[in-house]
Amino acid sequence: MAIRVDYRASLSLVGSVLKYLAVPLALPLVVAVVYGESVAPFLVTILVTVAVGGGLERLRPDPDIGAREGFLMVGATWLAVSLIGALPYLIEAYGLPGIVPATAPESTLRHPSNALFESMSGFTTTGATVLGRISLDAHGHGIMLWRQLSQWLGGMGIVVLAVAILPELSVGGAQLMDAEAPGPGIEKLTPRIAETARALWGAYLGFTVLEIVLLYGLHLGGMAPAMDVYNAVSHGLTTMPTGGFSPEARSIEAFSAAVQWIIIPFMIAAGTNFALFWHALTGDPKRLPGDSEFRFYVGAMAVLSALVALFLFVGNGVAAFAPPNTTYDASYLAGVRATLIGNAEPALRHAIFQTVSLVTTTGYASIDFNAWGASAQYLLLFGMFVGGSAGSTGGGIKVVRWYVILKSIRRELFTTAHPEAVRPVRLAGRTVDERAIRGIYTFTVLYLVLFFVATGLVFLDAGRVGLSLSVLEAMSAVAATLGNVGPGFGLVGPMGSYLDFSAASKLFMVALMWLGRLEILPVLVCLTPEYWRQ
Amino acid sequence: MYDRERSGVRVIIVGAGQVGSSIAADLAGTHDIVVVDRDGDRVEDLTYSLDVLTVRGDGTSLSTLEEAGIDEADMVIASTDDDETNIVICSTTRAVSDAFTVARVKNTEYLRTWERSERAFGIDFIVCTNLLAAESIVRVVGIPAARDVDSFANGRVQMAEFEIPTGSPVTDQTVAEADRFEQLTFAAILRDDELEIARGDSVLHEHDRVVVIGDPQAVRGFATTIAPEEPPGTAEEVVIIGGSEIGYHVARLLGDRGFTPRLIEQDTERARQLAEDLPNAVVMENDATDIDFLEREHVGDADFVVAALDSDEKNLLVSLLARRLGVDRTVAIIDASEYVELFEAVGVDVGVNPREVVAEEITRFTREGGAENVAIIESDRAEVLEVEVDAESILVNRPIHESVADLPTGVVIGAITRGDEFITPRGDTVIEPDDHVVVFLDASVVDEVSPAL
Repeated sequence: MAIRVDYRASLSLVGSVLKYLAVPLALPLVVAVVYGESVAPFLVTILVTVAVGGGLERLRPDPDIGAREGFLMVGATWLAVSLIGALPYLIEAYGLPGIVPATAPESTLRHPSNALFESMSGFTTTGATVLGRISLDAHGHGIMLWRQLSQWLGGMGIVVLAVAILPELSVGGAQLMDAEAPGPGIEKLTPRIAETARALWGAYLGFTVLEIVLLYGLHLGGMAPAMDVYNAVSHGLTTMPTGGFSPEARSIEAFSAAVQWIIIPFMIAAGTNFALFWHALTGDPKRLPGDSEFRFYVGAMAVLSALVALFLFVGNGVAAFAPPNTTYDASYLAGVRATLIGNAEPALRHAIFQTVSLVTTTGYASIDFNAWGASAQYLLLFGMFVGGSAGSTGGGIKVVRWYVILKSIRRELFTTAHPEAVRPVRLAGRTVDERAIRGIYTFTVLYLVLFFVATGLVFLDAGRVGLSLSVLEAMSAVAATLGNVGPGFGLVGPMGSYLDFSAASKLFMVALMWLGRLEILPVLVCLTPEYWRQ
Repeated sequence: MYDRERSGVRVIIVGAGQVGSSIAADLAGTHDIVVVDRDGDRVEDLTYSLDVLTVRGDGTSLSTLEEAGIDEADMVIASTDDDETNIVICSTTRAVSDAFTVARVKNTEYLRTWERSERAFGIDFIVCTNLLAAESIVRVVGIPAARDVDSFANGRVQMAEFEIPTGSPVTDQTVAEADRFEQLTFAAILRDDELEIARGDSVLHEHDRVVVIGDPQAVRGFATTIAPEEPPGTAEEVVIIGGSEIGYHVARLLGDRGFTPRLIEQDTERARQLAEDLPNAVVMENDATDIDFLEREHVGDADFVVAALDSDEKNLLVSLLARRLGVDRTVAIIDASEYVELFEAVGVDVGVNPREVVAEEITRFTREGGAENVAIIESDRAEVLEVEVDAESILVNRPIHESVADLPTGVVIGAITRGDEFITPRGDTVIEPDDHVVVFLDASVVDEVSPAL
């Protein structure tokens, strides 16, 4: 079989990206030095990534890529970066035999499948964890920062970042960004794609810095005792990418109400199309509130939040008793009931926080929502399937797809009554191409099929190893990894972890996160024989 | 700038297609016309059928224009079928002469550009055929019973032509009895081939066509009086058959006015394009002569059907079909002006001839010397002019009954506006300088009377 894809060119570009991965790795290295921790995990990883990257680059010294090579390059980049990104976790657990002692020999990440899971969960901004003990005592400040930083790198997209800084990607750049960016198609903001990529990353960086400053400002103002510099930076790095990792075991529950309120608008911004911010900053501020996707996105969150808040306020949305073997106990539940039922501000705050966190696929939690009732939990599960906006850092199916699907359903109803009517589907006054609508349906159906099939497979594997799973647990675990959300319900709840799954299940979920981040098709297309042949 | 008072005004018309020859025919009596066309046969035909000079050649080339006498020309009318050609003709003219340039375009984008900067393309006046035809249709839809409507004095005065329907309450009444509106003047009654200037004792018969001039509200009120079952402004159900450019503009203009017209187009691609361009319309893809489809979509319940297909015969057919299904009123676009009367006789309520509309607009400009605005009634049987009265006018500073006595019959002062004020003309009304007067003129007296006004 003659291979018609210039895979060497794709891998050569992957090599370039890997080489540059050494730069962000230097940050946790510095932090490790500052805290007097071992620098071996980062030093070795930097050497490995430069060596592997340099080696791959030699496969094709002057790569020239087309559309097909683009898919392969994007898919391979995310896999390669996650593999390299797992190295610091492994080195921390094992040390370098005979040279450097292990600094965290008890770490659950000593199992390669766990390390890869954590790394992929980081880069894909999922936020699902397999850490046994989430604390700065169990792991170094450097390692925990790397975990946060991997989410920040993955948020706006590694390939987008590469397009922004690597001149050799300027020609095929739009193609690459299209394959990586969430939502159907990218909007080119400037004539040069590298400038567009820089503009997006600039807005992203700006929001991140603003959040860090505000969080630390609250700390200085005495309103957030736990939010020290390290925590402010760590949470700044995982809010804007809709990541959800936190160095605190109790996630955002560990912080004050003021911190929770501050984080909400940043999560909303993270799930918004960044092109709208660019328009707002370049003199067209009316584009943001006038955008139909943005309105639908905010409206959906407002409706879900209001319902959840109502359920919590009246008590229907809070669990009545604490069953055995769960992530909370009776005294925690008593506290939750006392806080939420009949109290407007906490009910509203926790409802908005959880809804926004799951709709935008961030995955932070301000409370253990395992202690909520089925009615509120069901709404949150529903929210996971909404997803962020196109061109945001969020995962899931994406608001714009639902919007177009709803509009095309309305059209179907109309044309059923009037078969001769010609009705284009409009989005913000412009008609949506029928091929794009077909693409949206294909993606959504594929996403849902994958969701149901994957849930079945997870059940199958859980039965094999004797892990008891409820339907909600299995479904939420798949929805949370495929949608890059992070926490699910029950076992995989916001204060729980994915540790109990078998290695096979975890590797399967690694694949789900990878597929979900790249929106399935760019990865799937590389697996078809037609792609490799004519 | 040219002056219509001067005899021997030289007009070059480039493009001797339907519109070009029609304008040439309209103007040949009063102007010196040179017609330029690339088609030798057409040029030859015109030489014999009209009293005009013809030049065979490409109007965009300077040598052809020079051969046509661009140096002495007062006006150049570019009326070929191609927008870009017309624009180049005007630009070329602007480069070498001071002649007034008129361009006919189909694409409204060029009209928008020209409206933004009136010096654009070297064009002094632009006529958008499809848009003009569409606008005249939309005006008729606004006043359901009217056959023709035109606005004067920035919309403060309206001229409308109504046909008295069968069983109308005003049948067999005199004009004095029928005129219940203070701000309305009856100008004329058209009956078959004769034109009668309306007097108080003139009697209105069924199928007479009445020309009235007055305040827009009074005109609407009169529409209700003669056809009470068709209250004006309630023509909510409009069906446009045929997605031609004119059909498109009618749908767009109605959409802008808050209607939701339905547009039926047979061609898949075109229907799709129209649906994309017309957010306020419902576009349907089907053969408009498919009676099952028309019944299924309840086209018979429509208040108005506009037939805008690309052939006159099809437009007649769908209009008759629509009538059969129970549509209140039908408007058909009729390209061949000689069919207009015939089609109206067999059942089309209003026939709109785009060429006539364009000719009307161009005539408006050739009379720029005095008249502000012109409406031509029934293929040039009469004209309604808007005049700004100056010190030399026969009307100025004297009561109307005196000045009318000095004018031939066939002249009716329809309305006067002074600043923002509407004045109903009476025999003793004194017209002041700078008043705008809307006058009805029988075609036979136009050339004699209009210079005196």
